[in-house]
Amino acid sequence: MPDPNYSWPPLGKSRVMRKRMSRLDGPAKASGKAKYGYDIHTPDLLFGALLTSPYAHARVRSIDTGAAEKMTGVMAVEVVSPAGTEIQWAGTEVAAVAATSETIAADAVRAIKADYEVLPHLVNEEDLGKTGSRSKPAGEILTGDPDQAFKDADTVSEGYYGCPVLTHCTQESHGQVIAWKGDKIEFWPSTQNLSGIGGDLARALEVPAANIHAHQDHMGGGFGSKFAADRWGMICAKLSKKAGGRAVKLFLDRRADLEMAGNRPSIFAKVRLAAKKDGTITAWQSESWGTSGVSGGGVSPTQLPYVYVQIPNKRVNHTGVVTNNGGARAWRAPNHPQAAFVTCCAIDDMAAAVKMDPLEVFKKNADYTARAEVYRAQLDKAAELAEWKKLWHPRDQAGSGPMRRGLGIGVGTWGGLGHPSDCRTRIHPDGSVDVELGSQDLGTGTRTVIAMVAAESLGLTVPQINVKIGDSSYPQSGASGGSTTVGGVSVSTRKATLNALAKVYEAVAPALGAPADQLEAVDGKIQVKGNPAKSMTWKAACQKIGVKPIEAMGTNNPKQPMGLISQGVGGAQIADVSVDIETGVVKLNRLVAVQDCGLIINPKTAESQVYGACIMSICGALYEERLMCEKTGRFLNADMEFYKLAGIADIGEIVVHLDINEEHDKRGVIGLGEPPVVPGMGAIANAVANAIGVRVPRIPLTPDRVLEALARRTA
Amino acid sequence: MQSFEYASPATLKEALALLGNQWGEADVLAGGTDQLSLMKEYVHTPKRVVNIKGIKELGGITKTAQGLRIGATVTLDQLLASSAVRAEYPSLITAAQGVTSPQIRNMGTVGGDLCQRPRCWYFRMGMGLLAKGGSLVREGDNRYHAIFSGGPAYFVSASSFGPALVALGAKVKLASASGTRELEVEKFFVMPRIDTARETALQPSEILTEIIVPSAVGVRNATYEVRQKEALDWPLATASVALKMKGAAVASARVVMGHVAPTPWAALQADQLLVGKTIDEGVAEEAAQAAVSGAQPLSGNGYKVQIARTAVKRALLAAARRRG
Amino acid sequence: MSLRKDPDVEKKPKTGFSRRGFIRGVGLGSGAVGILQTEAQAEPVAAADVAGPGPVPITLTINGKPVKLSVEPRVTLLDALRDHLDMTGAKKVCDRGTCGSCTVIMAGKVVYACSVLAIDAQGKPIQTIEGLATAGRLHPVEAAFVNNDAQQCGFCTPGFVMAAKGFLDHNPDPTMDQVKAGLGGNLCRCGTYMGVRKAVLEAAKQMKGAASA
Repeated sequence: MPDPNYSWPPLGKSRVMRKRMSRLDGPAKASGKAKYGYDIHTPDLLFGALLTSPYAHARVRSIDTGAAEKMTGVMAVEVVSPAGTEIQWAGTEVAAVAATSETIAADAVRAIKADYEVLPHLVNEEDLGKTGSRSKPAGEILTGDPDQAFKDADTVSEGYYGCPVLTHCTQESHGQVIAWKGDKIEFWPSTQNLSGIGGDLARALEVPAANIHAHQDHMGGGFGSKFAADRWGMICAKLSKKAGGRAVKLFLDRRADLEMAGNRPSIFAKVRLAAKKDGTITAWQSESWGTSGVSGGGVSPTQLPYVYVQIPNKRVNHTGVVTNNGGARAWRAPNHPQAAFVTCCAIDDMAAAVKMDPLEVFKKNADYTARAEVYRAQLDKAAELAEWKKLWHPRDQAGSGPMRRGLGIGVGTWGGLGHPSDCRTRIHPDGSVDVELGSQDLGTGTRTVIAMVAAESLGLTVPQINVKIGDSSYPQSGASGGSTTVGGVSVSTRKATLNALAKVYEAVAPALGAPADQLEAVDGKIQVKGNPAKSMTWKAACQKIGVKPIEAMGTNNPKQPMGLISQGVGGAQIADVSVDIETGVVKLNRLVAVQDCGLIINPKTAESQVYGACIMSICGALYEERLMCEKTGRFLNADMEFYKLAGIADIGEIVVHLDINEEHDKRGVIGLGEPPVVPGMGAIANAVANAIGVRVPRIPLTPDRVLEALARRTA
Repeated sequence: MQSFEYASPATLKEALALLGNQWGEADVLAGGTDQLSLMKEYVHTPKRVVNIKGIKELGGITKTAQGLRIGATVTLDQLLASSAVRAEYPSLITAAQGVTSPQIRNMGTVGGDLCQRPRCWYFRMGMGLLAKGGSLVREGDNRYHAIFSGGPAYFVSASSFGPALVALGAKVKLASASGTRELEVEKFFVMPRIDTARETALQPSEILTEIIVPSAVGVRNATYEVRQKEALDWPLATASVALKMKGAAVASARVVMGHVAPTPWAALQADQLLVGKTIDEGVAEEAAQAAVSGAQPLSGNGYKVQIARTAVKRALLAAARRRG
Repeated sequence: MSLRKDPDVEKKPKTGFSRRGFIRGVGLGSGAVGILQTEAQAEPVAAADVAGPGPVPITLTINGKPVKLSVEPRVTLLDALRDHLDMTGAKKVCDRGTCGSCTVIMAGKVVYACSVLAIDAQGKPIQTIEGLATAGRLHPVEAAFVNNDAQQCGFCTPGFVMAAKGFLDHNPDPTMDQVKAGLGGNLCRCGTYMGVRKAVLEAAKQMKGAASA
């Protein structure tokens, strides 16, 4: 039997896909019934708690858990960092307890005596001159002849741009519930990697992966920080084992979560651009630095210049700074938002230097991008939606009065090719359909797109599909990172459901008097192609299956996309801000996002992804920043009070334009989680420069920085 | 939180009998929004918590001969709903509205607002109210700290109502088992010089029972807050003003800034400058400049001088626009 | 380490408040500056009952039903709901009265359950997210959150739904600006605010329709 035709129904021809569908788990979430890892409550549950290091760099001299072990209700104590351990960041796990209540666990942690030899630390990296031997130059990347190009340039513009470390600050903190009884481990994590996390924990504990059963119906946000089983997973398992196999819940408190459960690397960059009078860029030179924590790192210099990658002459230098901070993790579009911010600000400053409209400059130089026509069209669309012609003004004509309004541009790109994914579809004789994948729904709407693809493929409606995800016994599906999930699960689901349907056709072909390859599944019926008169209902057709359900597998192999998936999208955003120049407070009026996106399975949840990404950009541009104290080595705002996130009134209006057209649709499914988070910070920073007539080099654009830039302009 | 014993007395007398003579023996619980955070961070570890919300006599807003009596356990939400407050005290209304979380407005009390502890991150991390004699703040990250102080305390008073109440000449009533005293709000907030662990005059054996705000008929009053976010966010600086008028001119003025010093900070130079003037943009600007003329910003908070100046100017202009 | 006895099982909670506060001598106000003599305080003061610090039996009224449990006075309403009653709709996110993910309605007003002591929540009707849907039918606020995709990971959602419900109870016909101001006490990390705004306005319409029908 030849493979079914897996290709997607063309634009305008689908019955379920491309329609606006409310997420399937919406009612459970909105009514509080959805159970997350943090909500798991077994009858024998114990509560875990951590003692963490108050010092950024220290050696554990001694640790005494005696008093804690003697406390009534304490069922297990685990020393994580024994005497002699060198602590590399504040918040490092030192010891852990499991007790019968949260209050006892907290008391027990307080009863542990740990003594430290405090060592010198470095926690801040912006002032490169103070980093000494902690600076690790990464070498130079040279293209063309930048020296000559700078000599020949009509204009050379220079700028300094900085973007600090951010944390993921997921609503559900990092953690898990684990019950390790005998040789079996029941594992309720909060993860982006349901199929892989059991194996990760197994390696750490040196037990067979097959002994670990991971469950996760819902998870409260990851953004790139929840792929691994993590140290606290291992600690939790050990506590459970020590406590005789009772389940232990160990979730990080907010401070620990921000201190150690991942963050986004910083970038600080000095950029020079060479340009012709007409705004054509001829050379790029950048010296950047940043930190990913103890590994040095920072934003990859290979991402500079960003999007405008084909600038002919380039010199790129980068220095990683080793700091005593919790390590960086993937953060929604790793490297891209920071690189986009630096590049878009540098181009905008060059446009101001040659006294040109930046819209024209971004468009003119689009030939340096991989998709010039796409970017030009997107910039035009964004300009139209942002009323650029009406509202934009040259940087030095920002009006009068305390409130100044300005517009700015940012661009971005991302891959988004579907990850490897297996799906098993079971069609039961009663007509019910199970679709099983070891995948996870981060809130992106994965469950819903799986159901939509299955319903489309089987000629059914979404409620007729039972989507089963979030259990490691289901077929393996990739981790949700890199915007790869929708491509992966849509293809494996498409193939598995069509493979199963082919078997249904075989079973009903005799009754319909037509060969199996002449049948189609439409509107809850199996019928002879183009002949609704010769049909039977889905239910009747499934009765012909026999007593055992039909089962079929489907696989997505990203190396053979078969036209079903693709990668590489672009996006353009325009921000509209008002700045109070007497207080330095920036208010976002509007953020317009034009996003190229391939085939959109569910426009409703796709739009939500873009809205959410825009809001994250607003947070990054205006509010968020990890503040490290060089004196104490502590993360000063490891809370949700001074680690500022935008509220519902802080985001202005967000206008999303998904660039849906036949040409893009034909490319197949492409991930959308990451791309729209890339352009916004640069767009907002440029809008502020436009509003106040001077560049504010450092984000977030807090009142202190805005006022400082204004003072510089006046001086 | 460290464990504690708990009482919820029905009368003030019972409540006072439950307090200790030393800090750490008993803490008073009203709205709880700050008290619980302090205990969760082990900044406060009281042996006993005395809940005063069940004490009827501590609630309610009433007009008296002295002015308006606001019970200590009146919530921000109740204050906002009070027609008496709305009619005469727009500066208090604006201050309450500045707490942009309805949940906190529903829980938080006026007394609690005055008694809440500073948000200084060193204090909250257990490094003491002065944060090692002030050196941590001076050499560390002081972007949100005081621009008026001179040390050794550099935290800022977090009270939303403090500046407005000082400007309006309000008093607080403090009760203890041995009696009751009245204190001007201005004197309720103290620089922690003698007791370096406390920033108010409240004693461990006392409960702040009510606030008495003199009548503001004919007193033009306003508050202006500069916050970065619309969502729940601490102000960077605020200003409250109360102007007694003689015709179109200012007869006397009180200008008080918030979030710029360990106490609400009275701008006496501005007060003097305003007397006899008719407030316009230029006069407001001049008074605002006078208000911040004595500022001594730290390494990272010079920007707050400009913000405080703007807050004063805008509060004056807002007050001048009001009739009354 | 050997298993020890679980104190929750072992300890029988006290049946009532037992101890009394220390009764201190009282007298007339001293002559210190600023102290005004008030009512005569001659008679001895009866002190209130003191509970704890160990577990204390309490009764909460949750979604219209009395619920008995035993908690230490230091246990917050949020922890009581989640850990003692397995009502996990209210989430623990900041645990410091900032993010709103633990929002419940107490005595008709939205509050942060992380900032209320469970023992102090006695005698006040508490409405949680679990009490909103009736007979398996979503409450109009919940339905509007689903319709408008006002949720992604969903961890902040129950708190937002409760905040929206509490807001609409007092503002049945809000403007968009009022919605923005009315939900200033909740934070979302996925960025669902655009959907939340639309959902609250839609829910207001639905609830008004239902009320007038």
